[in-house]
Amino acid sequence: MFSGFMANAWEVATIVAITAGVVGFFVVLRGSAFPAHAIPNGAFAGAAGANLIGINPLIGLGVMSLIAALGIGSLSRRGRPDAVTALALVMMLALGAAFLSQSTEYEPQIFSLLFGEILGVSSREILPVALLGLACVLGVAALYRKLMLTSLVSEIAAARGVRPYRMEMAFLVILACATTMTVPVVGALLIFTLMIGPPAAARCFSDRPGLALLGSVAIALVTVWAAIASAYEMNWPVGFFVGAFSAAWYGIGRGYSAWHRTHASPLAR
Amino acid sequence: MGFLFEPGFFSSGPVHTAAAIGTVTAIVSAVVGVFTVVRSQSFAGHALTDVATAGGSGAFFLGLSPLVGFLGGGVIGAGAMDLIGVQRVRSRDLATGVVLGAATGLAALFLYLDTTKSATTGATQQILFGSLFTIDPSTVPVVVVLSLATLVVIGVIHRPLLLTSVSAELASARGISVRTIGLLFMLALAVAVGLSSVAIGSILSTALLIGPPATALRTTRTVRHAMLGACALGIATTLLGILLAYDSFYWDSSAPIPVSFFIVALSFLSYLASGLPIVRRRVGRREAP
Repeated sequence: MFSGFMANAWEVATIVAITAGVVGFFVVLRGSAFPAHAIPNGAFAGAAGANLIGINPLIGLGVMSLIAALGIGSLSRRGRPDAVTALALVMMLALGAAFLSQSTEYEPQIFSLLFGEILGVSSREILPVALLGLACVLGVAALYRKLMLTSLVSEIAAARGVRPYRMEMAFLVILACATTMTVPVVGALLIFTLMIGPPAAARCFSDRPGLALLGSVAIALVTVWAAIASAYEMNWPVGFFVGAFSAAWYGIGRGYSAWHRTHASPLAR
Repeated sequence: MGFLFEPGFFSSGPVHTAAAIGTVTAIVSAVVGVFTVVRSQSFAGHALTDVATAGGSGAFFLGLSPLVGFLGGGVIGAGAMDLIGVQRVRSRDLATGVVLGAATGLAALFLYLDTTKSATTGATQQILFGSLFTIDPSTVPVVVVLSLATLVVIGVIHRPLLLTSVSAELASARGISVRTIGLLFMLALAVAVGLSSVAIGSILSTALLIGPPATALRTTRTVRHAMLGACALGIATTLLGILLAYDSFYWDSSAPIPVSFFIVALSFLSYLASGLPIVRRRVGRREAP
């Protein structure tokens, strides 16, 4: 289970989980779940387009997710953000469908773009994933205080001279970066699950931001490792296990916070 | 006219079915969509298509009718979102996201099992993208009846629904159960979205649900006008999209462009056009945040 091609899967999964745990924490905090769903799905169109014109899919993914992030960010400024995100999302998916109709791509490759193929990662794919992951984590670290401030108390942030619009754009670009690296390995649909489930669960366990952020990374790691081990044993898609374990974590988190509310003594709180 | 309508457009059976289903779903999507946009529930409206898709792929695996799967998946998903807290603005995003994540996991499993179970390819693409031109004509009556039922539900609750959408405090002060109205709306949304995603695919479903209503709300002053405008725009977009897709077959018959692409592109462009300064000045109305 830990040799040959599986070693690559473990390494990539660990990098992806750490990045998703860090970026996802802010996705949940800022209520950006919809862009986090839309950008990876739109990036899929980029990969399909790159396939069609015969360039490296990673470039297509990167360009399209950046366009998606900047487009959603700037259009949201003058319109309802959720409606804008929905329209940008379907536009990119429709572009992807149109690209696919023009190429002779066969079905398993569509499936792997959407749902990922983590067990088929080659060792030369690890370095770009690691670099982009590092860039995302560094980006979040550099903006940590400002992001936290605009996410939680936007008035105070504005009073301190932090521009909410700029922070939103910066965050969407980080999201696009995280998307580019993760879509080829875990798929457009699963990176989303990993960015929502573990951070949402972690927030139920702790009110302290730093602790919740660490918890989010830890839960994402456990989820991905357990999902790969289960997929290896049962030969079912990794994506199913990531989705099931993330939902289970969230259920446990909600259960814990409900129990904590009723059982913790008032003095302890 | 010859250059606009390629030969056989008006006599083609699939075109008739596509136009009929497209018109019905465009109307239902417009009516439900106006409330979806006003209530800022576009994410839930989109997520339910994916949740319904998971139901559809599960039904394919179990050998049930896809319609049962799409509707069942959508309704269960809407119930789960309500349970987690989609009715509160703060947790709305999260509730939708958690349900969507779990549903895509299930979809991954079912689609995998579907492709290993039967050798028929195209299941993934058919379920995800759908196509107006491959609708089974026998599903038309069911879609029409269920669409009418959705319209009736929305018609009955439209006044309290509008009030709860604009001000939940005011609504509860008047004795309206905000939670019940919210749940009823989510169920109506689930049925509308389930129907449209089985009929026209999940991409188009979201495009028709959000595109025409968002455009209409930007260019009209009242909800009723927005609803009428969204219906007209939705129907026009759908029919024009069908025409263009049909014609595209004659541009290059080896690889016709999918009908979803044209309809989505037209809705997206009309939304962008409604935001142009010249349109905004003419309407003289700033969009409510």
